[in-house]
Amino acid sequence: MNRKLTITSLAVTLVLSFSGAGIAGPREDQLDKYARAAKASNPAFSGFSAARGNMLHNQAFTGGKSDTPACTSCHGNDTRGAGRNPAGKAIDPMALSASPSRYTDPAKVEKWFKRNCNEVLGRECTPQEKGDWLSFMIGQ
Amino acid sequence: MKIPVRPLALCLLALAFSALVLGRAQAGGSHYFAPVADPMVKDECGSCHLAFAPSMLPASSWRRIMAGLGNHFGDDASLDPAVTTKITEYLVNHAADTGGRRYSDKLLRGVSATNAPLRITELPKWVKEHRKVQDSEWKHKDVRSKANCAACHTDAERGYYED
Repeated sequence: MNRKLTITSLAVTLVLSFSGAGIAGPREDQLDKYARAAKASNPAFSGFSAARGNMLHNQAFTGGKSDTPACTSCHGNDTRGAGRNPAGKAIDPMALSASPSRYTDPAKVEKWFKRNCNEVLGRECTPQEKGDWLSFMIGQ
Repeated sequence: MKIPVRPLALCLLALAFSALVLGRAQAGGSHYFAPVADPMVKDECGSCHLAFAPSMLPASSWRRIMAGLGNHFGDDASLDPAVTTKITEYLVNHAADTGGRRYSDKLLRGVSATNAPLRITELPKWVKEHRKVQDSEWKHKDVRSKANCAACHTDAERGYYED
């Protein structure tokens, strides 16, 4: 009886750990955080869109620095290819498929959103923009 | 027995000469600047450009640079305050006029630490060493910036800046 209980609870734990809630890693946690913030500022928010993220990544802005109007100014047009910054240093591809270790350190992701949004858009990015962009790159 | 003075003297002279050459080679002459050894400093300072050797600028310069990261030569390079403090401490302790003195050698000639120069590329010794580099070479697509040491000095990451 006792043994049967142990086996049942083990099985339940195993199933739970493989279900959606169990596999949430740092990327999913960060997306959750952005989703909560987006919902808070816009009750009509209904999830992130990789398509919007794609647009954001390729769009040219006028609010930031003139030599870096778009994300692609440094990251290049191919998300799976390397980019190059104004100091001449190569930047690893942004697509998760090409750089599998990316987006696992939330502080690092936030640091680069802050710096790069200020440089390209001339302002910080909104939680919705960050979530869209991150969804796009994770799916690339 | 007669001591062969001349061959002995020649031998000694040769030995002394090789010791001198070898010694300079080991120290890398004046072209070796110990690279950043601290992983956090290397990571943060090295993500946009080469993590420059702290012995390339006096401590006063590093303090000034680290106090103005929000506008770092026109770019936003801001870091969280705790990280900024740690990195500043490392750079100041290994600067050209502190712990890194044995590497800085002639680089600080004609440089006043009270002026706290911000650019390594404006130190008189740097300018003299690079005087023959053409404008077109600086603009080359693989160079782009005077801060891109490693484009030409292929061993710069390891601290070697030979031609």
